[in-house]
Amino acid sequence: MEVGRVSQTAKKQAGLLLDEALIFERSRPGRRGFAVPGGSEDPGKFLPADLLRGPIDGFPEVSEPEVLRHFLRLSQWNLGTATTFYPLGSCTMKYNPVANEAVARLAGFAGLHPLVPDEGAQGALELIWELERMLAEVSGMDAVSLQPAAGAQGELTGMKMIRAYHVDHGRARRKVLIPASAHGTNPASAALCGYSTVQVEGNRIGLIDASAVRRAMDDEVAALMITNPNTLGLFEREIVQVAEAVHERGGLVYLDGANLNALMGVAKPAHMGADVMQINLHKTFSTPHGGGGPGSGPVGVRDVLEPYLPTPRLLRDGERWRWSEDHPKSIGRVRSFHGNFGMLVRAFAYILALGGDGLTQATRMAVLSANYIRRRLEATYQLAFPAVCMHECVFSDKGFEATGVKTLDIAKRLLDHGFYAPTIYFPLVVSGALMIEPTETESKETLDEFIAAMLAIAREAHETPDVVRNAPTQTPVGRLDEARAARRPVLRWTPRSSAEG
Amino acid sequence: MLDVVGVPDVTDLFTDVPQELRARAAVNLAPGLSEQEVRARLEQLATRNTAAQRHCFLGAGTYPHFVPAVVDQVLQRAEFYSAYTPYQPEVSQGTLQAIFEFQTLVAMLLGMEVANASMYDGASATAEAVLMALRIQPKRSRVVLSRALHPQYREVVRTYATVAGGDGAHHADLVEAPVAGDGRTDIDRLANSVNDRTAAVVVGYPNFFGVVEDLDTIGALAHAHGALLVTATAEATALGLLKPPGAFGADIAVAEGQSLGVPMSYGGPGVGLFATRSDFVRMMPGRLVGEAADGGGRRGYVLTLATREQHIRREKATSNICTNHGLIALAVTVYLSTVGKAGLRELAIANTAAAHRAAERLATTGKWQQQFSAPFFNEFVVRGVNAAAAWEAARARGVLAGVPLRRWYPELSETLMLCVTETHDAAAVDALIAALS
Repeated sequence: MEVGRVSQTAKKQAGLLLDEALIFERSRPGRRGFAVPGGSEDPGKFLPADLLRGPIDGFPEVSEPEVLRHFLRLSQWNLGTATTFYPLGSCTMKYNPVANEAVARLAGFAGLHPLVPDEGAQGALELIWELERMLAEVSGMDAVSLQPAAGAQGELTGMKMIRAYHVDHGRARRKVLIPASAHGTNPASAALCGYSTVQVEGNRIGLIDASAVRRAMDDEVAALMITNPNTLGLFEREIVQVAEAVHERGGLVYLDGANLNALMGVAKPAHMGADVMQINLHKTFSTPHGGGGPGSGPVGVRDVLEPYLPTPRLLRDGERWRWSEDHPKSIGRVRSFHGNFGMLVRAFAYILALGGDGLTQATRMAVLSANYIRRRLEATYQLAFPAVCMHECVFSDKGFEATGVKTLDIAKRLLDHGFYAPTIYFPLVVSGALMIEPTETESKETLDEFIAAMLAIAREAHETPDVVRNAPTQTPVGRLDEARAARRPVLRWTPRSSAEG
Repeated sequence: MLDVVGVPDVTDLFTDVPQELRARAAVNLAPGLSEQEVRARLEQLATRNTAAQRHCFLGAGTYPHFVPAVVDQVLQRAEFYSAYTPYQPEVSQGTLQAIFEFQTLVAMLLGMEVANASMYDGASATAEAVLMALRIQPKRSRVVLSRALHPQYREVVRTYATVAGGDGAHHADLVEAPVAGDGRTDIDRLANSVNDRTAAVVVGYPNFFGVVEDLDTIGALAHAHGALLVTATAEATALGLLKPPGAFGADIAVAEGQSLGVPMSYGGPGVGLFATRSDFVRMMPGRLVGEAADGGGRRGYVLTLATREQHIRREKATSNICTNHGLIALAVTVYLSTVGKAGLRELAIANTAAAHRAAERLATTGKWQQQFSAPFFNEFVVRGVNAAAAWEAARARGVLAGVPLRRWYPELSETLMLCVTETHDAAAVDALIAALS
C-alpha cells in the first residue's frame, strides 16, 4: 500500500504511536464518503457557465472510514484536560463536564435558526436571560450582554463602550493605563479603540499601588485596564483605592475578568469599583477551550455604561422575551446573531449544576490547590513574589542559571512526565516565568504526581541537565524548529498540479 | 492540604482580599442540581424553542444543511475539545495538523494562496478584513461597502472600523454602494464612490440576496483605483460550484463556515474563514499554523508568524484576537474531508437545483414574483401582495417562509427571502408552496 509523501520523512511508527499523513495525501482519485440526492444534474440549466468552477483541485477524495481513522489518530496526538493535567496558567483549564456537551446538542438548541420569530425561541431567550442574571450575580454588575464571541472580543466591546461613554460626556480622552503585568490583549484592544497606552509599574511585591495610579491619572486618561487577581496570581489589595483614583479624575475602570475563577463568593468586581468587565465562559464556567475556541466573552457593566451595551439586547415583557435593536447609544453589533449560543447553553448548565455554593466552593478549592503547589515547590523553584497566591502561582527561572536549563526546557521535560506545561515566559515582568494554575477539578493525588515531576526535573537540571535540555523524547515529535518555520513559512499543502485561483 | 499550606481553614487564604469586599461577596443563586435535574431543565427549555420543529426556509447568514454523523463523532473526542491553543506543539499535533489541513481547504475553497486558522464568524472576519486593508494602505481611509453585503456584517464592520468621536488612525470613512434593480451591487454608482482614497471595496459573494455578484467588473474597478477587493461569503456551500473569489483577483476573501458541517445553534458558534494573498501574510490577523521539522527530520506543525500577534506585539498587533474558533474549524475540516471533491460540487448543484425549482413553482402560483433577475445560488427574493400577512399565514401552517426583508431594507417591504437547500425534501417544498399559495 502506498503511504504518500510521508514515507520520505523519518517519522516513526511503532506500537501505539501511529503515524498519520495529511488528509490530502490519503486522497485517491474517485474515492468518496458522501452522496447527495439530486447532485448529478447539469448546473448549466440554472446558472451561466462562466460563473462556474469545476471540482476543486486537490480536495480530499477519501472514504468515510478513512476520515474517521485519520481524525481519531490525530486526536491521539493531543493532550487535553480530559487526558492530562493541564496546568496552563491564566487559562483555567478545568474539567469540561460531558453532560454539558450532551445538552448543547439537544435538537431544540442545535437545530434552531437565529432568525426565527422570538415567540418560537422562548426557551433559548429564557436561557439567555437567566444566564445574564447569573453572571450579574457572580460579578455584582448591573447588566450583562452575552454577545461577544471570546474574551478578547469582550475586551474590545468593553473598551468601545468606555470610548462611547466619554464621547457622550464631552470628549473621548486619549490614554489608557495598563499595568506592566497585563495580558497582551489589553493594549491591543485599547489601541483598536484609538487609545494610546501608558504602562503602570507594579510595586516591589508585584501589586499596583493606588498612589502610582493617582500619579499617572490626568484628564486625558479614559480608563485603567486591570486584571484582578493579577497575572502573578496575587489579589490587588488596593483595588478599591485604585478604582477611586481613576474615578476621581473621571476615568473608568475596565476589569479583565480572565481570573474570575479566583473570585466567586470571595469578592465581586463591581464592589471593587469595576465599571465594565469581560467574563470568559471557557475559563470560569467550564465550556471547552476547543483547541483554541470557540470561547465566549460576555461583558458586564455598571448602570452608567448600560446604554452603550452592544445590540441586540434582550428584553422581558411579563413572561415573554424579545430581542431589541433600538438602542441609540449602543456601540452597535460586534458579531452576527446572538453570541456563541452553544457555549451559553453549556455555561448555563454548569451554573445550574453547581449553584451559588458550588461556585464558591470551586473558587476555594482552586485557590487551595494553587497554594498547595506553591508550598510544595517553593523550596525548589523560586517564587516570583513570595506571598499567598490566589488561583495560580508564578515561579521564575532563578537558581537554574548555572545548569544551562531554561524555563522552556522545564516545560518540555514536563511533557515527558505526562503533563501539559504551565504558561511560560508570561507575565513578562518575571524572568523565565512558569505560571501554574491547577483549578479545582484536580485531585490531590494528581497534584502530588505533578509536584513529584517538577521536583524530579529540578534534580535532573542540576545532575543531568542534558536530559532536560533535550526533552521531550516521549512525544510523537521532538522539539520543532519554530524559527525556521517562521523564516520560510509553509502554511498549506499544495497539490502537485497547478493551484487554483 | 491545609496542613501543608499552613492555614486552619480555606477561607484563611483570602486575607489579602479586603474584608469589606468579602462581606458582600455571597453568590445568591439556587442550590446546585444533579445531572438528571439539569438535563430535565434544559430539555424543558429546548422544547419551548418550537421553531426548531418547523419547516425552516430561513437563510440570511445561517443555513440548514445536513451534517454527516462522522463530523460530530470526531468533535466529541475530548482530546480535541478539552485542549487549548497549541502552545506546546509536541503534544498538540492533532490540533495543529487539523488546522493546517483546515488552512489548506479554506485556501482552496476560496481560491486564495493562504488562509489563517479561523476567526469568530463571517461578520467579524469581514471587519478584520477591513482593518487589514486599512493597515496595508495606511494613507487611505475610505472603505466602500455594498449595500447588498449582509446587513449584520456591515454593522460589525462599523463597530470595528470606526471609533466614536474619532478621526485619525483606526477610524474608517465607510460609504455604502446601492443595489441595482437586478439584485447586484450597482456598478455605476459604485464607480462614483471608489476613489484614490479608497482602501477597499467589500461585496458579498453570493451577496445577502443570494445573488452572484459580477466580481470581474467590481474587482477591476477597485484595482483601477488601487483599492483592494474584499469578498465576504455567508453561504460557503456556494463555493463548491461558483468560481472562487481568488479567480477574480480578490485580495482578501472571507466567509462564514457554518454551512460546512456546523449546526445552526441559534446563530453561534460558527467560524470565520479568512484568506488572502501570500504577500499580505504578515499583515494578516489571527493564528497561523505552519509546517516544521524536529531534530530528527520528522514533519510536524507549529503556530507560526506569532510576531504579528497581541501577546508579543501588544498595542502594535495586527488584531486583538487571541485564539480562533478551533473546534468549529475542525468540524469544517472533517466535513469537507467527508463530503470531498465530488461531493461538495454535487451538494452545491443540489442546492442550486432545489432553490431554482422552488422559485419556479412559487412563480406559477401567480402570487409571487422574483424580485431580482441576476443569477442566484440557494436563496432568492420574492415579491407579493401583503408579504407580511402571507408570511404570518404560512407560520400558522408550520412553515417559516423565509426572512421578511423590511427589517433591513424598507424599500423591499413586500418581499420574502427564501432559502432552499438539500435538507428540504419534496414534502417540505410542497408545504412551502401550499403555505404561500
